Amino acid sequence: MSTLASPIPPLSSEAPAWQRATEEPAWIRRLLIGIALTFLGLFLVLPLAVVLYGAFEQGLQVWYAAITEPDALAAIRLTLLVVAIVVPLNLVFGVMAAWAIAKFEFRGKSVLITLIDLPFAISPVVVGLIFVILLGSQGWLGPWLAEHDLRIIFAVPGIIIVIAFGTMPFVARELIPLMQQQGKEEEESSLTLGANGWQTFWRVTLPNIKWGVIYGVILCNARAMGEFGAVAIVSGRIRGETNTMPLHIEVLYNEYLFTAAFAVSSLLAGLAIVTIAVKSLVEWRDERQRHPAAA
Amino acid sequence: MSIEIEHINKRYGHFTAVDDVSLSLPEGQLTALLGPSGSGKTTLLRIIAGLEFPDSGRIRFHGEDATDVHVSRRGVGFVFQHYALFKHMTVFDNVAYGLTVKPRRLRPGKAEIRTRVMRLLELVQLDWTANRLPSQLSGGQRQRIALARALAVEPKVLLLDEPFGALDAKVRAELRRWLRRLHDEIHLTSVFVTHDQEEALEVSDRIVVMNQGRVEQEGTPEEVYDHPANPFVFSFLGQVNLFHARVQDGQARIGDLALPTSTPEDQPQGHGLAYVRPHDIEILPDGSAQGALAAVIEGITVVGPTARLELKVAGGKDLIHAELPKSRLRSLGLSRGSDTWVRPLNSRVFMDNGARAS
Ligand SMILES: Nc1ncnc2c1ncn2[C@@H]1O[C@H](COP(=O)(O)OP(=O)(O)OP(=O)(O)O)[C@@H](O)[C@H]1O
Ligand SMILES: [Mg+2]
Repeated sequence: MSTLASPIPPLSSEAPAWQRATEEPAWIRRLLIGIALTFLGLFLVLPLAVVLYGAFEQGLQVWYAAITEPDALAAIRLTLLVVAIVVPLNLVFGVMAAWAIAKFEFRGKSVLITLIDLPFAISPVVVGLIFVILLGSQGWLGPWLAEHDLRIIFAVPGIIIVIAFGTMPFVARELIPLMQQQGKEEEESSLTLGANGWQTFWRVTLPNIKWGVIYGVILCNARAMGEFGAVAIVSGRIRGETNTMPLHIEVLYNEYLFTAAFAVSSLLAGLAIVTIAVKSLVEWRDERQRHPAAA
Repeated sequence: MSIEIEHINKRYGHFTAVDDVSLSLPEGQLTALLGPSGSGKTTLLRIIAGLEFPDSGRIRFHGEDATDVHVSRRGVGFVFQHYALFKHMTVFDNVAYGLTVKPRRLRPGKAEIRTRVMRLLELVQLDWTANRLPSQLSGGQRQRIALARALAVEPKVLLLDEPFGALDAKVRAELRRWLRRLHDEIHLTSVFVTHDQEEALEVSDRIVVMNQGRVEQEGTPEEVYDHPANPFVFSFLGQVNLFHARVQDGQARIGDLALPTSTPEDQPQGHGLAYVRPHDIEILPDGSAQGALAAVIEGITVVGPTARLELKVAGGKDLIHAELPKSRLRSLGLSRGSDTWVRPLNSRVFMDNGARAS
């Protein structure tokens, strides 16, 4: 060191601009943030505001009347019923499929991965038509169903089937990369410590994929409530019977009942916001549990 | 609990990962599975644990067939190379895990679990980390927690897959000595995988050298180091120099140097290779000694008290490596480019076809 001709200059406390290699100049930062915020404002906040404005334009009573009118109530009930059946179904399916894909080697694995993506690749209208062709009265299974007095198309079971199909990938898609990346060493540790498969799943696997599951469920839930195209085909749009909330909104809209349409829309948007709020709450509590000092 | 491994085979597609391995691991000993990368050590260890199933062959624990016993009932402790601690649990919960998943009638009470876990944490000298998450520990600390967790269920067999592989040299050396002491204290039958021969020689009671899915040799560290069964084992256990030799009448001749081979009768004759360790190469000040070979020093590296020389023997192509104390180097007054003489003191001669001649 002593032979060095020029000593290394001391670090100045004022960091020159070039020292922050990973940071962009201020104007670029502001520009990017600005664009992102404008975009969000235009395409997210503004429509939401319009919906709320439209819903409450004529006062709270009109809004309340619109959502408690019998057909609206039926639509809300149906939507909640569908969600209550479809989300748990796809949760279980998604976790099982992701588990199988991430932790086992088997023949036909890549086919399974492709199949899981299929509902996203096919247009919802086509999905609806597929099930009509399969299960409708003129369809392949139609005569058999009629014989056994089973009504699927133009009835609630059909709605549940198409929505379950359309929202199938959400949980699995969220979990597959997560579980693949985590590998299976923790599960193997658990087994060598004497735990059985069930204990290993509940105590090791599930906590590790918790957030993936929650995100998957939220996405699945949002899509299940909002699904339109496929439901429009298979439901038959019987007012008060097979109209889900989105279908009911469309009916109102087509009948020029804009305020009522916006009122039900606001409710649908509200449900979505509630799910996100619940997720944030869970996240926040979890964070506080982990780092009690930081909170 | 002794472990008997009988004719274990394991293939992945057309690739044979474990090739007809039979071993007997005596009770209470610490055995090292040593071999280059891809030699099937991990696969064999996982088969012993029950995490992998052999295509054929049996595993016996203390004479009892355990081949079809599920991993959760084999009573093995397994320590993974990358710890595999439960990320979302505290250190305490990690160590307690094996006790809390026991069926209710076998599960110790809360207080009992607490005492046992704290005793284990004290054993690995990490009782002060009980409430931390694994992410808040260093690599060496995580490895010790992984060990404590495996010991909590009082396994009869402890299996460790490159337990110190991911640690720096100093922590590694400390931890392996600590493991040795621990092993002596709690008397388990332990098997650990390593590709570091120094580690295997230092801590184990027995060494099993593996290559390409097969066992090349097994024995005590001295046996394996001093009497390697074949050229592979010899080269794998340390640096070697190769000399071409003519084997005749129980002697190996390198130039006009004759080295004795140990079993003169029924000796094969012909061309052989003499394997000489760097510390068995003598550096001589002059060429008067019988068998000395003239050489030029091409490089000198001093590592602590030892000097390592790279030499080129007159007429030879390859560099040979020699080791001697730094003081000896100084007293000989050698430096780079010096002419000197070398003589192999000890060698192990293998016939060119790999058969052992000495
Ligand atoms: N699940 C698997 N599928 C296919 N090949 C495998 C699998 N597991 C191991 N192998 C192959 O078997 C061989 C032995 O692997 P193994 O992990 O036992 O080696 P190792 O001796 O532990 O090596 P290392 O020191 O690198 O850990 C390797 O060539 C590896 O590619
Ligand atoms: Mg390995």
